[in-house]
Amino acid sequence: MTDVTDLGIAQLRDGIRAGTFSAREVADAFIVKVSKAKALNAFIVETPDHAIAAAKDADAARAAGETLKPLAGVPIGMKDLFATKGVQTTAASHMLEGFKPVYESTVSQRLWDAGAGMLGKLNLDQFAMGSSNETSYFGNVISPWRRGGGDNAPLAPGGSSGGSSAAIAARLVPGATGTDTGGSIRQPAAFVGISGIKPTYGRCSRWGVVAFASSLDQAGPMARSVQDCAILLENMAGFDPKDSTSLELAVPKWEAGLSSSLRGKKIGIPKEYRVDGMPAEIEALWQQGIDWVKDAGAEVVEVSLPHTKYALPAYYIIAPAEASSNLARYDGVRYGLRELADGQNLQEMYASTRAAGFGDEVKRRILIGTYVLSAGFYDAYYTQAQKVRTLIARDFDNAWMECDLLLTPTAPSAAFALGEKSADPLAMYLNDVFTVPSSLAGLPAMSVPGGLDKAGLPLGLQIIGKPLDEQGVLNAGLAIEERAGFTARPESWW
Amino acid sequence: MTEAAYRIQGDTGEWEVVIGLEVHAQVTSNAKLFSGAATAFGAEPNSQVSLIDAAMPGMLPTPNRECIRQAVRTGMAIGAVINKYSRFDRKNYFYADLPQGYQISQLFHPIVGEGQIEISLDEKDPEAFTKTIGIERIHVEQDAGKLMHDQHPTRSYVDLNRAGVALMEIVSKPDMRSPQEAGAYLSKLRAILRYVGSCDGNMDQGSMRADVNVSVRKPGAEFGTRTETKNVNSVRFVMQTVEVEARRQVEVLEAGGKIVQETRLFDPDRGETRSMRSKEDAHDYRYFPDPDLLPLELDDSFLEECRASLPELPDAKRRRYEQALGLTAYNAAVLTADADTARWFEALLAESARVQGKGEQEVARAAANWLLSDLYGALNKLGKDLGESPVSPVQGAELLALVADGTISGPLAKQVFEIMLETGDSAPKIVEDRGLKQTSDTGAIEAVIAEVLAKNPGQLEQYRGGKEALFGFFVGQTMKAMAGKANPAVVNELLKKALAG
Repeated sequence: MTDVTDLGIAQLRDGIRAGTFSAREVADAFIVKVSKAKALNAFIVETPDHAIAAAKDADAARAAGETLKPLAGVPIGMKDLFATKGVQTTAASHMLEGFKPVYESTVSQRLWDAGAGMLGKLNLDQFAMGSSNETSYFGNVISPWRRGGGDNAPLAPGGSSGGSSAAIAARLVPGATGTDTGGSIRQPAAFVGISGIKPTYGRCSRWGVVAFASSLDQAGPMARSVQDCAILLENMAGFDPKDSTSLELAVPKWEAGLSSSLRGKKIGIPKEYRVDGMPAEIEALWQQGIDWVKDAGAEVVEVSLPHTKYALPAYYIIAPAEASSNLARYDGVRYGLRELADGQNLQEMYASTRAAGFGDEVKRRILIGTYVLSAGFYDAYYTQAQKVRTLIARDFDNAWMECDLLLTPTAPSAAFALGEKSADPLAMYLNDVFTVPSSLAGLPAMSVPGGLDKAGLPLGLQIIGKPLDEQGVLNAGLAIEERAGFTARPESWW
Repeated sequence: MTEAAYRIQGDTGEWEVVIGLEVHAQVTSNAKLFSGAATAFGAEPNSQVSLIDAAMPGMLPTPNRECIRQAVRTGMAIGAVINKYSRFDRKNYFYADLPQGYQISQLFHPIVGEGQIEISLDEKDPEAFTKTIGIERIHVEQDAGKLMHDQHPTRSYVDLNRAGVALMEIVSKPDMRSPQEAGAYLSKLRAILRYVGSCDGNMDQGSMRADVNVSVRKPGAEFGTRTETKNVNSVRFVMQTVEVEARRQVEVLEAGGKIVQETRLFDPDRGETRSMRSKEDAHDYRYFPDPDLLPLELDDSFLEECRASLPELPDAKRRRYEQALGLTAYNAAVLTADADTARWFEALLAESARVQGKGEQEVARAAANWLLSDLYGALNKLGKDLGESPVSPVQGAELLALVADGTISGPLAKQVFEIMLETGDSAPKIVEDRGLKQTSDTGAIEAVIAEVLAKNPGQLEQYRGGKEALFGFFVGQTMKAMAGKANPAVVNELLKKALAG
């Protein structure tokens, strides 16, 4: 008999509809897997009751002969950046430890409305700030992957959606939500050999998602196939009047629109993404990707995105600037942590609460953000970074005159060991070099697994599309997925 | 303008005061600027707070269309440029009454640009001394909550009811030169806001408050360094602030000191301003565009709708009252100074014209006179304002109609009005019940006149001997004998005949 936890979103959905297995069996199987995988530390909170309730609803609906909802009985993981009613929501910070919202984020509500259930709240980098999941107050997430040759060094699952990536790769959940500010869906997806898509900025409502950098934050799905990503995204996206930056557009039928033929498509290869010191294996994978898309019928052209090298510095001004303001609300006055010793005044309460509540990376970014917005430095940093952002968006606009999609590596390396880069923030920030430009331009972008490096670790390819062309991105992802035939999975040691 | 310039006499000569006002006006709206929470004054603490106002994690602001509409209408009412493109910025600072840790305001791109307000400096003759005060801009922003320090011996409590309420900040140019001008500007601004309906103007409830910028200089010299006195909450206090702060600055300067650019507070009990914080302690607010909100782009149909919804404004109304209704300049000014007064007067006017079957211009003077003398006098005694008047415009019109058609005389009307105030009864009912109806019955009046002449033979002889001034005496006696109910015109006519013998 098949182990249902090996199945993806589409297979689970179809199997529950067909009665091949009950939703309850599915929920129970995943709940067991989650409960046995503590060593990965992928979950901050487990919510078996939530998953079981959704499963019961699905089974009852099927028994009553009703038409099942799009995700009826499919259990998923929820990144702990989404507010979930009555369930602790922490953003992986001590600041919000114990915080139970009285409201549900729009994205999670849409998923529940579609019949999905929640297995738990997934660990992440604190306030989604990090690329390795080493900044969580609740401890590192350990990647289920290990290097070959008996090297048991614990590896980073990527970040900030590291709990999501680890849980999916380890088959603890068939899919999960992620959020992406500068690569937080795509880089962890690449590190663990799964797929993940950040849609066009504004596709998914930010209402109820703990904010990191408002102009960049965007929710998206992570799963083990392109089709699964399409299904989840269809049930996450959509206009929300409660988010002013939400796009007032109908949600396309992405799953139905999937096609792996790229005939008639032009795929651009941005020459500026050939960075110094890029490992040969990444270079080789990129070339392999080019061959695959050609095989799928696409024409490949070289394009130029001349301002690429300014993207990372601009991002590390804009994102911290917004974060420094967005995180001002965590002040110990109304909810969350309050540190107030006897005799302390208001200013002292702020200082001790924020000193105790925020981790080092969060503090670093608040300080950077405060600095770049301060009088006398604003124009040199923030204004300049906004100009760069405009130029980067213009680079992409120019590229779209020559091609329909862009193909690049997702990250400049395979997963690194925990602790390897955590002492050097700049080396860590470089991980986002390929993902940040499309975030600054608000474009849809996806990572799909391409293969393994010599150490046996997954590598990802990134497809970037025009605004609103998630379909084009998904289709190119599917073309690569079919040709890559990526079936590698980490062997269970946890 | 020819009014004598306001000058402060110092030891070193005359000083001129330069004043600019930043007025915070709470937008009249059922909901807050970026949330759906209610905005009623005086509600239980923290009973009007949404998740957004409390800045819960992941909550996002969405602009309230009504607040934007009111700001645009206010801008139109002062003849200002309306910026079709505006944007919200965050003003960052920490305080317990500021849940987000920033105030959403508009620094870089305000919704309303330059406009102006005309002020009158002579109440009796509004056109005699006027001055145009420039408005720099109007922007919309969130109000903060409030701290309550009197609830607990060692703790402060926070009430977030006001947090997120929409304010318009109306910034004048430094165009005012005297306390009178500052007071006239604030009164006029308040009148316009009330006419437009964009702010209730209740300064005692905090719906409107002014930051008063004052500097002094030798007449004609460059602007001096200014101070800003925060949150002054009445017209009188604004005028006092200007006076005492200007005098303080002159004293400092003449003693060889320097004015420090700082924030001050006005203490009405002591009649002085006190330093709150100097520029050195000023926050670095780290303004930047709010990334949660898109730029506000107003289309032509929205602007057209705003313009079409504007009422007749005070200046236009005052001129119409003078020119079309024939009111005196003073009466027109008083009746239009406040939207509620004008509304009351127009209701009275319309009803009077209707019941008398005449045009408004034919009944306007009597209506204005009655409202401003009889009704205002009565309200004054009762300590009530027009909104609390025990007599409605319809009841007033009934009274005026009885005078106009000769049913009661003017003096009798005053008596009837007294009774209306006491009993709440209508004028026709009072006249009917108490038999106060004026009589024009010539037979009855002739009988009384004959009696009066018979009782006063001496006066009659004198009159007939040429002392015609005694005519008034006979009128008085006749009216008295008839308890005021005789038609004076008829009395006059019959008396003349009778006296002529």
